[in-house]
Amino acid sequence: MSAEGGLTTTGYIQHHLTNLAVCSDAAKDAAGHCHGFWTFHLDTLLVSGVLGLVVFGLMAMLASKATAGIPSGGQNFVEMVVGLVDQQVRDTFHGKSALVTPLAITIFVWVFVMNAMDLIPVDFLPFIAQKVTGNEHLPFKFVPTTDPNLTFGMSISVFLISLFMGLKVKGLGHFMHEVFTVPFGAKLAPVNFLFRVVEEVARPISLSLRLFGNMYAGEMVFILIALLGLYQLPLALPWELFHILIITLQAFVFMMLTIVYMSMAAESH
Amino acid sequence: MNINATLIGQAIWFALFIWITMKYVWPPLQKAMADRQAQIAEGLAAAERGKHEQELAAKRSADALREAKEKSAEFVAQAEKRAQQIVEEAKGNAKVEADKIVAGAKAEIEQEVERAKQQLRERVAELAVAGAEKILRKEINASVHADMLGALKQDL
Repeated sequence: MSAEGGLTTTGYIQHHLTNLAVCSDAAKDAAGHCHGFWTFHLDTLLVSGVLGLVVFGLMAMLASKATAGIPSGGQNFVEMVVGLVDQQVRDTFHGKSALVTPLAITIFVWVFVMNAMDLIPVDFLPFIAQKVTGNEHLPFKFVPTTDPNLTFGMSISVFLISLFMGLKVKGLGHFMHEVFTVPFGAKLAPVNFLFRVVEEVARPISLSLRLFGNMYAGEMVFILIALLGLYQLPLALPWELFHILIITLQAFVFMMLTIVYMSMAAESH
Repeated sequence: MNINATLIGQAIWFALFIWITMKYVWPPLQKAMADRQAQIAEGLAAAERGKHEQELAAKRSADALREAKEKSAEFVAQAEKRAQQIVEEAKGNAKVEADKIVAGAKAEIEQEVERAKQQLRERVAELAVAGAEKILRKEINASVHADMLGALKQDL
């Protein structure tokens, strides 16, 4: 859709980059925009939740019918994906944990399907959402991974899990000892602590910003292509094909780094 | 880029999906995959065993065949020897029998000859006596010459 009907190019782009936010009236400014922490992005929450429920519900259904005999097509596909993730976990994570593999599977599958929303043409879902609600100017950002709230929500969860795992595997004493003595020894305990804090904080930030940045940039290119009128036709396809690579790669990278962080938390330095 | 409470919502979704995967997706799949792996390993082992057994059976059958061949050759040799023996025996028997028959026949012939000679002697003596009687009827008395005739009979 090109800029038409009184909509400027800037307006079109901004509209596509705005989340459907809800908040209490007190948090709204004069123009009705939400500010402050207690704002919810309905589109992100809704799309990611529905996608997750569908895909994990489907996987759970197939898994409940899983047999050791000749697998059905669906079971075979799920097993292939799960087996790939499990292989990565086996190669990287050497501790014993019932959590790491399911965590990695969840991340890979969920991030992949959310990224894959990027392959739907940029105006389809917003158009439907606008028709359903009857609000012509309803913003609807339907790729949840282009919302930093989602990527930070995931990366902070991963950070907390890895922290918890480190404490559980090593015990509080050993954990604190490691925090204050690695890498320079006990004499430089404050420096060690500082290093450790920087390291731990940098991880979730880089993890989430990597995914967010890649998907946001990809979405931006789709929006710009969509602005080209008829010329978008020869351009959108190659970018979609290329994007298939990016969405898979980003899902894989997020999963892989999570496994690495878990293994670092579970193993002594 | 505004960070807000959506983050908390996403963390809750994330936790829910991890829980679903941990409870309902991963364990049954893991079990199915491990079971299948065990089944495949078992199948391969069974195939290997079968192959091994087949090799053994082939070896056993070859052994049995060789043994049977040896035995049959032995039987044939024995039978040939026995046949030879029987033939020899029969030959011997036949020779003995034939000799016996020949000897019997010879003895009979001799007897026959002797009897014929005897008869002939008697007939000759009679004829001679008869002839001489006819001759001597005119010239001599038979009783006078009986001793001489008897002596003559002995000489024949």
